[in-house]
Amino acid sequence: MVNLTINGQSVQIEEGATILDAASRVGVEIPTLCYWKGLNQIGACRVCVVEVVGYDRLLPACDTPVEDGMVVRTHSPKVVQARKTNVQLILSEHNTSCTTCVRSGNCELQKLSKQLNINRDAFTSRLESNELDPASPLVREADKCVKCMRCIQVCDNIQTVNIWSFLGIGSNATVGTTENKPLSQTDCSYCGQCVTHCPVGALTARDDTDRVLEMLADQSVTTLVQVAPAVRAAWQEEFGIAPDLATPQRLAALLRRIGFDYVFDTNFAADLTIMEEASEFLERFAHKEDYQWPMFTSCCPGWMRFLKTKYPEFTANASTAKSPQQMFGAIAKSYFAERKELDPHNVRVVSIMPCMAKKSECEIASLRDACGDPDVDVVLTTRELNRLVASLGIKPEQLADEEFDSPLGEGTGAAVVFGATGGVMDAALRTAYFMLTGANPSPDAFEQVRGAKPWKESVVKAPGDVDVRVAVVSGLGNTRKLLDALKRGDVEYDFVEVMACPGGCANGGGQPIHERSERGETRATALWNLDANMAVRFSHENQSVKTLYDEYLEKPLGEKSHRLLHVDQLGWDVHPN
Amino acid sequence: MSRLELRTPGRAQEVVDLLCRTAEQRLAANPNGVCPVETTKNFVAFARSQTCGKCSPCRIGLAQTVELLEQVLRGTARPDAIKRLEEIARVVEETADCAIGIETAKTLGIALRGFRDDFEAHIQTKRCHNGGQSPIPCVANCPAAVDIPGYLACVHAGRYADAVRVIRKDNPFPSACGYVCEHPCESRCRRGLVDAPLNIRGLKRYAVDFAKEVPQPERMPSTGKKVAIIGGGPSGLTAAYYLALMGHAVTVFEKRKRLGGMIRYGIPDYRYPRETLDAEIKSILSLGIEVKLGVDVGKEISYDDLRRDYDALYIAIGAHGDKKLRCKGADAKGVYSAVELLRAVGDGNKPDFRGKRVVVIGGGNVAMDCLRSAVRFGAEKVTCVYRRRKEDMTALPEEIEGAVGEGVEFLTLHAPVEIETDMHGVAVELWIQPQIVGLHGADGRPQPFNAAAPATRVPADVVLMAIGQSVETEPLEAAGIKLQRWGTISADDSARVEDMPGVFAGGDCVTGPATVIKAIAAGKVAAANIDEYLGYRHEIQLSVDIPSPHFYNLNACGRVNMLERESCERKNDAACVELGMSEQEARQESSRCLRCDHFGYGRFRGGREGKW
Repeated sequence: MVNLTINGQSVQIEEGATILDAASRVGVEIPTLCYWKGLNQIGACRVCVVEVVGYDRLLPACDTPVEDGMVVRTHSPKVVQARKTNVQLILSEHNTSCTTCVRSGNCELQKLSKQLNINRDAFTSRLESNELDPASPLVREADKCVKCMRCIQVCDNIQTVNIWSFLGIGSNATVGTTENKPLSQTDCSYCGQCVTHCPVGALTARDDTDRVLEMLADQSVTTLVQVAPAVRAAWQEEFGIAPDLATPQRLAALLRRIGFDYVFDTNFAADLTIMEEASEFLERFAHKEDYQWPMFTSCCPGWMRFLKTKYPEFTANASTAKSPQQMFGAIAKSYFAERKELDPHNVRVVSIMPCMAKKSECEIASLRDACGDPDVDVVLTTRELNRLVASLGIKPEQLADEEFDSPLGEGTGAAVVFGATGGVMDAALRTAYFMLTGANPSPDAFEQVRGAKPWKESVVKAPGDVDVRVAVVSGLGNTRKLLDALKRGDVEYDFVEVMACPGGCANGGGQPIHERSERGETRATALWNLDANMAVRFSHENQSVKTLYDEYLEKPLGEKSHRLLHVDQLGWDVHPN
Repeated sequence: MSRLELRTPGRAQEVVDLLCRTAEQRLAANPNGVCPVETTKNFVAFARSQTCGKCSPCRIGLAQTVELLEQVLRGTARPDAIKRLEEIARVVEETADCAIGIETAKTLGIALRGFRDDFEAHIQTKRCHNGGQSPIPCVANCPAAVDIPGYLACVHAGRYADAVRVIRKDNPFPSACGYVCEHPCESRCRRGLVDAPLNIRGLKRYAVDFAKEVPQPERMPSTGKKVAIIGGGPSGLTAAYYLALMGHAVTVFEKRKRLGGMIRYGIPDYRYPRETLDAEIKSILSLGIEVKLGVDVGKEISYDDLRRDYDALYIAIGAHGDKKLRCKGADAKGVYSAVELLRAVGDGNKPDFRGKRVVVIGGGNVAMDCLRSAVRFGAEKVTCVYRRRKEDMTALPEEIEGAVGEGVEFLTLHAPVEIETDMHGVAVELWIQPQIVGLHGADGRPQPFNAAAPATRVPADVVLMAIGQSVETEPLEAAGIKLQRWGTISADDSARVEDMPGVFAGGDCVTGPATVIKAIAAGKVAAANIDEYLGYRHEIQLSVDIPSPHFYNLNACGRVNMLERESCERKNDAACVELGMSEQEARQESSRCLRCDHFGYGRFRGGREGKW
């Protein structure tokens, strides 16, 4: 243990800790900008500098280990003056038009500037400009970038996609795409982890709320909204509503207030996905020699982009089942439109997703199976939903619970856990077990695939004492490890669930952003709790799904299912020409 | 007002002079990988401040150049910007009134020609393609990329054996390099911005001297692959070392009686003690490397036989061919090449020069070695004859200074003309023609030419010609190995020999006579690529934890330089001239390291490569 003094207070802390750690131990908050614990401790912004007795220079608290007897002053006039100047310098390279920035009010730089009482531009503004790429759901505005490097670190070290690089040298050094190509031409997975790690508004998800407003204003179209499982565990964070009051039913009420004609639930489609995907797995498992192994889930579009760009040799392993978002769209513009006698060309499907990659998924040319139009028209992230709500003057805290509309609004506990790592696997195993044995397992029989661990394995016993080896992985860096291990032959699996974001959709790139923290685990727990408290916890017991099969699809993997709910994974390109 | 006054510089001028000295220091430590366009702009911007403003091409041309270069850097330049810049450069060079404009324009022209593609890339892609990997200066400038901050940190922590282990990850010759490396690592040391570069070589020597014997790591499991190394010098032994570590069966074929190559047959014992060299080679061989001494590959065994019997070959035969002046008397008795002399010494046959007047022709490091060796072999008088000036010598300044200190005479600006012999054909005098320094040649060095003065003579019982070495190419040509125009083996940067799969080459036999560390680097590269060629990807890894850096105050502090034994004492024996650092010196000197592996770009991206 090391003993030191911070602002006159004695602190004891373990060796190797930084001054920043020690300060927070005694409740002293040293402002930071580039810092992200464990990911980015590179002393780049020099905002966290502090005075240490015996040193002429100021030292960065985030990158200076404590030493015995150290005397630290974190907010002396000298320190504050230096900190202020450094922030003013950073502001000279930052577009300070906060009024038109989506991160206004949730911007670490804005907060710092206010905290340091900076109320004028001290230096001449020198802004870098760049061309925006409208084809990319990920947007980078160079004039807002503070070169904290978090995007590079998360993309390189957590996701291993290496889209961002530090380019050039000298005062012109900046961040840009590694290959110097527009984003839409890179292998970016659109996971959005760089966006949720960006301290400012330099990296954002493309805002499509105006397109939704346009649809809502258009009397000639019928608007359907679907909301993904993980959204219900996160949307309330930006409204300060307690999680237990943020029920899915309140979310349904909120969506109805926005003005959608039908408020549906992606959970319905998640159950449908399980019916198809579990059937597909059992079909493949019964004819093992006809397929490449293991089978991978395909519901995460970030993962699918990663798979097809970095490990194309595994493409045929991916389930042909569409993601719940796309299944929903295909059913909405076929079955639902028919039942309601709507012209599917006048139906608009809007998705609320915890995800940016979903914006690009709905644009894939082959996903237009219901009527030739895109099955899903617009995708909004959780953050866009919240901005839309605020702009419409809706007060979510004043709303009472309302039910989702029928029939595409019914979902089971198995569907709601799609939003957490392990959830798809858990749900698929529950139904596959039933399909094989005709009896339900305990809904908690497959607990081993749950939890935040990035790479989980389990062996499930199927009838006839057959072992089914399953694995669950989240985060693309972990996924890369798993795929490399498969290639080397170090591991063998039958069924693998992959989610691109660490922790799954709960921690998705479209979810609310909180200063230097991630809430994936809390949100995932909320989803597992929702599952535990549901009356129905098996996808095959979803009455609306059953009806859909009875009235329309006939059976999983049937002819209609094949057309509407499956996709040739080899038949589409990440970079269509 | 007095009629005349003494001119004393004003306060501002004094400070400007200080700034200029600081700028010199900063430029000396210019990091690798800076943007060439921005450097050019800054150069011209600085030159612009020197223009007096009278003549228009210089006054306006330089300003316009800076403006255009700024546009290039901002990404707003028009596509014809390079053409405009070339035009300005040409016209300013041709029409400016004085050297300020003319020389600036010349340099600008060199820049525009030298990295035209960088200018083009800037204009087309609106960004710099350099940078993004600002490396650690010392590591980047070490041909073998030794983890210098890593071992300096170990030295500072008193962990000398660990320092040796860190070095061995990239270089199996820590002691040879501790004593004789030309230390390119020091050239751009960031500490130079504060006071002076670290004495890296001195600290390495300190580490190896104090670490004593450090056991070698375990070999990786045997692969059953056989590699023949031709040449047991630094390059061959480096390749042998890493290939053995990787589990391959290595046999070294050495033409001479002993291993070491130019470290033994080129570097005199007073610079690098033989027992230290022997211990280093013994340590390398402890990995289980088979050695065949006295085998002349190409004559006694053919290259084809080796290619048949081994899975891969590494040719590292060095440059042991000698060059002699073709002048009258060059074949006289008493005339030797430097290679001949140093080879005999390396084999333990030291000549007796007592009572003899020895003349050495040449101004490189080998010439200094011959001169200083001749002193030790008892020569009555030792003279260096060189046709250029002392400052044009390619020898290290400390070697020249050492020779001067030991009483060597320097006859610079004298070109050898002929060697006069006595009736027995023995050399007695060297005729030399006085030279005058002249215009710079294509190599940028001033060319000497005959002065309008008569030739003179210098007594010479022994004439040693140290005018360069060459590769012995005959056996190579016979084996069908392709050569480059200048008589070295044609091998690429991966050490692969052209059109000969499985045959690799490196060191002096590819580059021509160079340095120990370059030879070592070639051996390391060859080992990696031979391993890959054999179908493996063994990794050589850092085996020790590097002490974490301590933050620092940047108080300027003098560099600890190496001391030497008194010349009156050292010139009479073969013991090492240079004295090692004391512990006190080593601690202080190592504390000056700025730990660029952590601070600056290191913490983000430029940090250590833990394996290769």
